[in-house]
Amino acid sequence: MVIDQDHIKQLLEEVTDPEIPVISIRDLGILRDVRIENDQIEIIITPTYSGCPAMLEIEKNINNTLKKNDIENFKITTVLSPPWTTDWMSEEGKQKLKEYGIAPPNPSNEEDIQCPNCGSHNTSLVSQFGSTACKSLFKCNDCLEPFDYFKCH
Amino acid sequence: MNQNLFNYTLQQADNCLILGQRLGEWCGHGPVLEQDIAMTNIALDLIGQARMLYQYAAEIQDEKRSEDDLAYLRDAWDFKNVLLVEQPNGDFAKTILRQFLFDSFNCPFYEKLKESSDERLAAIAAKSHKETLYHLKWSGDWVLRLGDGTEESHNRIQNALNELWPYSEEITTPSEADIDANKNGFGVNLNDIKSERETKIREVLNEATLTIPDSAYNHTGGKEGKHTEYLGYILADLQFLQRAYPGNEW
Repeated sequence: MVIDQDHIKQLLEEVTDPEIPVISIRDLGILRDVRIENDQIEIIITPTYSGCPAMLEIEKNINNTLKKNDIENFKITTVLSPPWTTDWMSEEGKQKLKEYGIAPPNPSNEEDIQCPNCGSHNTSLVSQFGSTACKSLFKCNDCLEPFDYFKCH
Repeated sequence: MNQNLFNYTLQQADNCLILGQRLGEWCGHGPVLEQDIAMTNIALDLIGQARMLYQYAAEIQDEKRSEDDLAYLRDAWDFKNVLLVEQPNGDFAKTILRQFLFDSFNCPFYEKLKESSDERLAAIAAKSHKETLYHLKWSGDWVLRLGDGTEESHNRIQNALNELWPYSEEITTPSEADIDANKNGFGVNLNDIKSERETKIREVLNEATLTIPDSAYNHTGGKEGKHTEYLGYILADLQFLQRAYPGNEW
């Protein structure tokens, strides 16, 4: 079996954020690069927020996924620079977030957040800090459901 | 080992760890659920920042010591945090005011530290700065809401201001580590932040209808390891497990 970059990336598609299991670390922009040199594989990841407790879990899952596929000669490197930004989130990732019930980041206007449940723009911020470091809490003034918003970062 | 780089890194790491620990004390005790979550979220960010800095400090020290050793096995006189962050939580108003006085420093500090000649400090600063923008917005909004709120909330945050004001300036008063770091290009010139910070503080306090105390007295000593009695109690809590069961892991 030839181990190439695309193959590794494909395998890592099944590694998701433990807090948001519908979105892969590639969709989130946590997986920065896969480098292969002399059969040695290096997986490069970056944390979303500096205190994000999911990072340890993500490393473990990368480990398990690769080992399950008989890949042993790899190491995981965490880099801080350039700092993670929601701009790295893929369009597909944003769509998946929305379907899951989390409003995706809206860099053009953070005052105008669409309710992921009913689609209304008549929403208001409840708290800048939500269930995880990367989200804030909103409510919809039309369907009255509370929802998480993945804030721009 | 570069002792000054080590001290400089620890100074900020200790600020973040101790304030993070203080905020963590609110977990399950916040006035409303959303604010309970906000305080623990900020605590998480600060402890994350502390970890990045301790990891770096441990590498600089190069004595096979880890970030955990630095957090759990140093005594009070080795901690270099400012006295402000170790002050007790008090009521919600006091916690908010302490947070605002800290955030008004932390946010511009990281913004300037992004230009550090030390690549690692610059990377940590770039990562952390984004987080502190949210912190400052939160604590500033709450100072305004409490100050310009009811008579009760106004009195409470005015009392907090009277109590904490003498602890505000230490953070922009340069220590030996600050001066050396700035001279060698890896640290921030605190004079550059001082006036920007004061303007921001006065602007928010003014709008919140709060009165800045006349007292010009400032408590100092934290950066040199001379702490208030409170730090010992924080460390007793924070370090208990590693002291009683050395090397224990989850």
